[in-house]
Amino acid sequence: MAVPATRPALPTDPLPGGAKWLRTARDAAAGRLAAMGLPQPRDEYWKFTRPDSLTQADVPAAALFDPREAPVFGEVDRIRLVFVDGVFAPDQSDDPAGENLEIARLAEIAETDIHWAAGLFGRLEADGHSPVARPLAALNTARASDGVAIRATGPVAKPVSLIYLHKSETSDAILHHLVKVEDGASLTLLENGPAAARFNKCMEVELGDGAAFNHVRAQGRDHERRAVTHAFARLGQGASYKSFTLTANGRLTRNEQVITLAGAGATAHVAGAALGDGAFHQDDTVFVHHAAPDCESRQVFKKVLRNGATGVFQGKILVDSVAQRTDGYQIAQALLLDGDSQFLVKPELEIYADDVKCSHGSTSGGVDVDARFYLMSRGIPRAEAEDLLVLSFLAEAIAEIEDATLAAEIHSRLAAWLERHRSGRR
Amino acid sequence: MLNIDDLHVKLEDDDKDILKGVSLSVPAGKVHAIMGPNGSGKSTLSYVLSGRDGYEVTGGSATLAGEDLLEMEPEERAAAGLFLAFQYPVEIPGVGNMTFLRTAVNAQRKARGEEEMSATDFLKLIRAKAAELQIDADMLKRPVNTGFSGGEKKRNEILQMAVLEPRMCILDETDSGLDVDAMRLVADGVNALRSEGRAFLVITHYQRLLDHIVPDVVHIMADGRIVKTGGAELALEVENNGYADLLAEVA
Repeated sequence: MAVPATRPALPTDPLPGGAKWLRTARDAAAGRLAAMGLPQPRDEYWKFTRPDSLTQADVPAAALFDPREAPVFGEVDRIRLVFVDGVFAPDQSDDPAGENLEIARLAEIAETDIHWAAGLFGRLEADGHSPVARPLAALNTARASDGVAIRATGPVAKPVSLIYLHKSETSDAILHHLVKVEDGASLTLLENGPAAARFNKCMEVELGDGAAFNHVRAQGRDHERRAVTHAFARLGQGASYKSFTLTANGRLTRNEQVITLAGAGATAHVAGAALGDGAFHQDDTVFVHHAAPDCESRQVFKKVLRNGATGVFQGKILVDSVAQRTDGYQIAQALLLDGDSQFLVKPELEIYADDVKCSHGSTSGGVDVDARFYLMSRGIPRAEAEDLLVLSFLAEAIAEIEDATLAAEIHSRLAAWLERHRSGRR
Repeated sequence: MLNIDDLHVKLEDDDKDILKGVSLSVPAGKVHAIMGPNGSGKSTLSYVLSGRDGYEVTGGSATLAGEDLLEMEPEERAAAGLFLAFQYPVEIPGVGNMTFLRTAVNAQRKARGEEEMSATDFLKLIRAKAAELQIDADMLKRPVNTGFSGGEKKRNEILQMAVLEPRMCILDETDSGLDVDAMRLVADGVNALRSEGRAFLVITHYQRLLDHIVPDVVHIMADGRIVKTGGAELALEVENNGYADLLAEVA
């Protein structure tokens, strides 16, 4: 295949070692990547977000940032797995064990011939390139040498918490996680931290019949970090997938989720709250595929932008002809706190079934002045009143977090961010 | 308590005058009512006094216990003891009523250099006040005014008034959208707050609210001016004869 001279070179040297299944999956991913090429600004789904800094050979340096606050989820009893610049740090991690729970490091199972993860690694990613190619996910499968494989065989009591520390200004981390929640099992996964100067993360999630997966992540407050993340999920009959992402700060963040409702009566809720002040570009690109009847999906994305920050939402709901009685909902809203910030939106619906309820909406606007006056008339100063209204604006997204403790953790992070940014501090 | 002298107000982006020289004085411990037809400037007066954006004062003054109200930000006016019960209380989804009230109480205390109220003390206070207004725990937990009925919204306004303990209360058409029972509940709430140190300015369209909150003085407002002032019996006159007769009489 001819590669234009302006294109960044694709990595060609295969990673050393690995069992046959892993080598096969990596080779296949490298083949996909070579065929689709790296993302270009002219690509339909990269019009709003410049891919260069995610694909260039040299990692743009990202200064380390001390957020001077206790890390999120500190109040939650959880199994902590720590990664430093994309490398698992066993000495900082908890014993990865629990009832109904199997956790293995990708670097370990890479040399194992027989492992459940072999059937999942790269499979959902490979299926996830329709309707658009996601080359950075294929790149991840081809190049990731670390990550975790988590399997729930029944209800798992404690959340599994992936903590991503950033210690090197030029780290270029690639992590690939596999999550399998067996029939009737349940798992909560937490993620937090900036991870690296540049972070490429891919997660494949397979949910059995009646399985439940809750995912809450906070992407870290480093200002200069860049990240592209993909979640590929496949839901069995009656399965439930609920995901919430908090993105505060970060030069560039692209979060893609590709969700296939493959079994009847499955539910997928994806939500996000993004806060950007200044050099901030955050992109949610979501594809929800209703491939079975009686499924419900909800997308709730809220962005608060100021000082030239940019928010992007590209969301598509595809409803197959078999997916009768689909209930789909999508809302993407931005609160623009000044005239410099922008919100770029591309909502899409493609429906082939006739008995379907699908609604979508998008708005952008400033603070509600009537509500602000109401609060001020009760003695609340203007800045504090505006913060309350920002939290009010974000409430619908936060409400998607089922667990009250986790919701409270996220809420307190949002409130703290707003308070810090009130005086123009970062 | 509240002194308004020859107040002239226009909309910021329109040259049309709305208030054309309003003067009135409400002493501590008294209840004054302002009645008047639609468009007479009653609500504008309440907004200008509480500091809403969009209005320009072109003349006159308004003071609260000697302090110049018009120079203050809305939150400073509140901390100085002014309270406006809104005609249309604003719904704020996602912000709990309790959080809102506690933020307001503590913001005012902070502005006055007082210590913030502890969560426990606040809870005690609010429970006692809420019970008097038949506001249940559920209504306190729900987001501010969100999904509240008309009556619940107005009771919530009076609850805020009871908790914030202002010295000057302005009620802007508090009776609108209320049935008889709800109005009685709201009026009882207001009457319970009447005291020597506190003054009220009750703005209303109809006389019926004044059956329950009996005013000391009634002002009739028309076309941006107070055109007539009298006792509680003036409200009855309006009720019986309508504004047209009364306005013809003063014109």
